Amino acid sequence: MKKNSVENIIALSNDLRWKIGDDFHDHLAEGIYADASEIVKNTVQTDDKKQQFRLDSKIDNIVTSKIWGFPIMFLILGLILWITIIGANYPSSMLANLFLDNIHPILKGFAANIGMPWWLDGFLIDGVYLAVAWVIAVMLPPMAIFFPLFTLLEDFGYLPRVAFNLDYLFKKSGAHGKQALTMSMGFGCNAAGVVATRIIDSPRERLIAIITNNFSLCNGRWPTQILIASIFIGAVVPSSLSGFASVSAVIGIAILGIFFMFFSSWALSKTILKGEVSTFNLELPPYRPPRFWKTVYTSIIDRTLIVLWRAIIFAAPAGAAIWLISNITIGGESIAALVINSLDGFGFLLGLNGVILLAYIVAIPANEIVIPTILMLTVLVTGISGGEGAGVMFELDSANETANILKAGGWTLLTAINVMLFSLLHNPCSTTIYTIYKETKSLKWTIIASILPLIMGFVVTFLVAQIWRLIF
Amino acid sequence: MDNKVNSDCNGCPQYNAKGLKKLGVNTENFDFVVALAGNPNTGKSTVFNALTGLRQHTGNWPGKTVTRAEGAFEYNDQKYKLVDLPGTYSLLSTSEDEEVARNFILFGKPDVTVIIVDASRLERNLNLVIQVLEITDKAVLCLNLMDEAKRNHIKIDERALARDLGIPVVPTSARFNEGIPELIKTITEVANGKIICKPHRIKNVPKNIQKAVNKLSAEIEKEFPTIPNSRWIAFRLLEGDTQIINALQAGELN
Repeated sequence: MKKNSVENIIALSNDLRWKIGDDFHDHLAEGIYADASEIVKNTVQTDDKKQQFRLDSKIDNIVTSKIWGFPIMFLILGLILWITIIGANYPSSMLANLFLDNIHPILKGFAANIGMPWWLDGFLIDGVYLAVAWVIAVMLPPMAIFFPLFTLLEDFGYLPRVAFNLDYLFKKSGAHGKQALTMSMGFGCNAAGVVATRIIDSPRERLIAIITNNFSLCNGRWPTQILIASIFIGAVVPSSLSGFASVSAVIGIAILGIFFMFFSSWALSKTILKGEVSTFNLELPPYRPPRFWKTVYTSIIDRTLIVLWRAIIFAAPAGAAIWLISNITIGGESIAALVINSLDGFGFLLGLNGVILLAYIVAIPANEIVIPTILMLTVLVTGISGGEGAGVMFELDSANETANILKAGGWTLLTAINVMLFSLLHNPCSTTIYTIYKETKSLKWTIIASILPLIMGFVVTFLVAQIWRLIF
Repeated sequence: MDNKVNSDCNGCPQYNAKGLKKLGVNTENFDFVVALAGNPNTGKSTVFNALTGLRQHTGNWPGKTVTRAEGAFEYNDQKYKLVDLPGTYSLLSTSEDEEVARNFILFGKPDVTVIIVDASRLERNLNLVIQVLEITDKAVLCLNLMDEAKRNHIKIDERALARDLGIPVVPTSARFNEGIPELIKTITEVANGKIICKPHRIKNVPKNIQKAVNKLSAEIEKEFPTIPNSRWIAFRLLEGDTQIINALQAGELN
């Protein structure tokens, strides 16, 4: 009975729809606009001066202009990186000093006093504690500078202008212009960038944005880039230029990432994700002077501490795992050494080495711990004395000592460049992979998103290594 | 305006202790559900934070909120669950975030829907307001970003606006916590039925459409006498919205 009358209603609606014709949607939309403008006419008084709007559009004319748009973008990115790199140095070494030179011996002494067995002491203090200490010392200062700066820029209203500038390039590569926003989020954290792709309506373009988000250098990889660039790239130029050279190298890698993002978006949209580019409205919001202290406070609470906490959660077990594979031996060789030896050949082809490849496997949960893992494994393999010794993560006080260890491990300028490239081009961290799965609900796309950048990394480092060896 | 009074109230422990308790993410055992709707980048998340005491990240770009964030506050011993919906320009077309917002207002049946608009861009924002008012009759207009409107020399007659829309209007500058106490009070009054809304209905449609809508909505009301939004359902049926047709067949709308 009820069912029938519902069907009657639907039948009546079909009938009426036929009668009123095609432009119902337009008429309704027009009706709404007419109502809105009537209401506004009766309730809103606008002064003609409208100064603010004019100032906004003046700024927009400059920051989105064809000539100045891109240089201003790179300048702002460069400035933020510069402040981050320079500013993070001092607090980083202070924290390293505190955690590694002061607290670590105290913990060791305490463990000895209460008669803790050597393996438990090594596992907890040299493995877990040092891994966590490293992550805090190396990551906290740059994040505490980078995130607030980025958030201030975001609150000011600059990000939509970036999207506006890049829209043309995204359209050319068959992707959605809003991908510029998700890409920018990726510079902080790829998992956050992947979640942010929900603003993209078309499933095809959203998949492209998800798969290519990994090409935005994330927070866990900035420190790696910065450290390697300052040790190796900064060292090949006169010392007065070394700061400039390392910042340029890091920006170069970030831009290369953007290039790969465009390139893979284009390749995907021409092959497995074919389709039309959808149009969209992007509102350029008014510039809003950020509330400085509030922004700094919330970005430290919301972003810095959350990302740091995640890093710590992953670093602790990874530190323990590193200690274990370095100290459990099979036939007189530690597991780590066995794996490194078997990976060395492949590593050489890529201009890398077994240590680096193993470090990237260990560091799947968190990119942040790549460098300490490499250092630790290098010490293990070369058997040089320095820092805390085999199976222990450590930070060395000066970049020089780090460089010495790496050079003893057979590192050259080529290795450094390829580590920077490989850090840009490899599988996403496990959190991001899990997020991709949650967002796409598809094993296939998750695998593609994980493997694609890794393959690119292999190809690029291989080519660079071969060409480098031909020339030098 | 009376900004000073507001900030004094905010700072006064008596005020907070007596009436308002920000409950953060604790959304259990609520008495009322409040939805926050509005265009992108009008400060929904800022209002959300001001009401719940949460510090959900806010950013000055459209489309920042993609998930449905939830929080709660308590006022005079009643618990309110707050749902921050993704920002949308309209509920007519069918992109994913618009659907999230529309479905929540339609099927989630919030006790109050707070529509947050950018006071300096009222006309454009009213498009969504008018659509929301077709769906629900318990709404509050939060005239946010009043500071920007003032900077741009825009004056809004709030009382006339409230009369035209048939719902209470509260001017706020959520970033500076201005007007939030008034907003809370208004929300609770609508939730408790102390304020009865008489929402605006779309007027400027051609006669033949008006007739068709009236006929259809009369039929719908005959079948579902308690339905608050028969007109809007009629609009959707005339548009051939399959989701609404399915919902009607499944009996999810009454």
